Amino acid sequence: MILLELFLSFMKIGLFSIGGGYAAMPLIQEQAVETHGWLTMTQFADIMTISEMTPGPIAINSATFVGIQTAGIPGALAATAGCVFPSCIIVLALAYLYYRYRGLTMIQGILKGLRPAVIAMIASAGFSLIILSIYGQKTLPADLGEVHIIPALIFLASLLVLQFRKPDPMAVMAAAGAAGILFLSVF
Amino acid sequence: MSTAGILHLSEIRKNKYLTLFASTFRLSACTFGGGFVIVPLLRKKFVEELGWIDENEIMDLTAIAQSSPGAIAVNASILIGYHIGGIAGALVSVIGTVLPPLIIISVISLFYQAFRDSILVSRAMTGMLAGVAAVITDVVIRMALSVLKEKKPLSVIMMILSFIAVRFFSLNVIALILICGCAGAADTYYTQKAARERGFR
Repeated sequence: MILLELFLSFMKIGLFSIGGGYAAMPLIQEQAVETHGWLTMTQFADIMTISEMTPGPIAINSATFVGIQTAGIPGALAATAGCVFPSCIIVLALAYLYYRYRGLTMIQGILKGLRPAVIAMIASAGFSLIILSIYGQKTLPADLGEVHIIPALIFLASLLVLQFRKPDPMAVMAAAGAAGILFLSVF
Repeated sequence: MSTAGILHLSEIRKNKYLTLFASTFRLSACTFGGGFVIVPLLRKKFVEELGWIDENEIMDLTAIAQSSPGAIAVNASILIGYHIGGIAGALVSVIGTVLPPLIIISVISLFYQAFRDSILVSRAMTGMLAGVAAVITDVVIRMALSVLKEKKPLSVIMMILSFIAVRFFSLNVIALILICGCAGAADTYYTQKAARERGFR
């Protein structure tokens, strides 16, 4: 029963990937490539690349891709449903607790302590994206001057507009994409 | 109704699920560059535009979304959906969040090699990545300023130490959340104790 297998496999991936997409990658590889042989290693590398080029979580993108390759649209639906199922149960339980108890002074204190941590985590993710964007690689290069000029300029222009005009961030992202096509094609 | 500029209350209720679905669908279609990108997008839509969620709540929800299993974008949508429309709201927002990647990958899987090797797609991605980095940086600046405005040295120190721990020492995010939660609890405990002692004197 391929649909059930897809559902259960991606349920495991959904359940054990805590902390976002990069935590999910090895689990997807284990389930889809090694255990079930649904993907070859090349296909796995392809779907990771495509995931970075398309919106949406890596786990959902892989679920859809694996599902559609093995069992068509029903496969994609089964794998995706499996992938979000654990989140639905666990996060709903946490949401219930949060909205029920957040009025308590002690819970408010704990949540207040989490806010600086949340900002730090987002800042760290942002820092990685800036490096990837302006240096074209995941880590800082030895020579910090090797900046890719066009992405760096798009980054600065977008940031200035966001800080001073408060536009819709989606419009900024779309404009940045268009600027990428335009300037990289011209220069 | 749009000419009057005011929605009747019952219409808002009827449209609540529709708005939730349309918003999560549009946001999810734009979450390039990792799950945290959904945070500034959700903040813009639900805090600034709709006013359904307040500024601190979005940070609480991010903490819960990050420390639960599964994709951050999906988890954050479930939390917001639950807040706005209970379990039905959570389901509506999960479907809204999952559909765009489901549709996009289904279509791309038909010609994914051409897509992967397309020079135009890669140029658009280079530009978008810079835009996404700016969107994240912008929201970090706004959130950090809101912490600085509170003028609580403990929060500022925790923010800086957390960043160093995650960035340079690759501290596990669950560990970070536990440590900061305990620090918040300890701070509250001693503040309350001090207040009580003042009260008895």
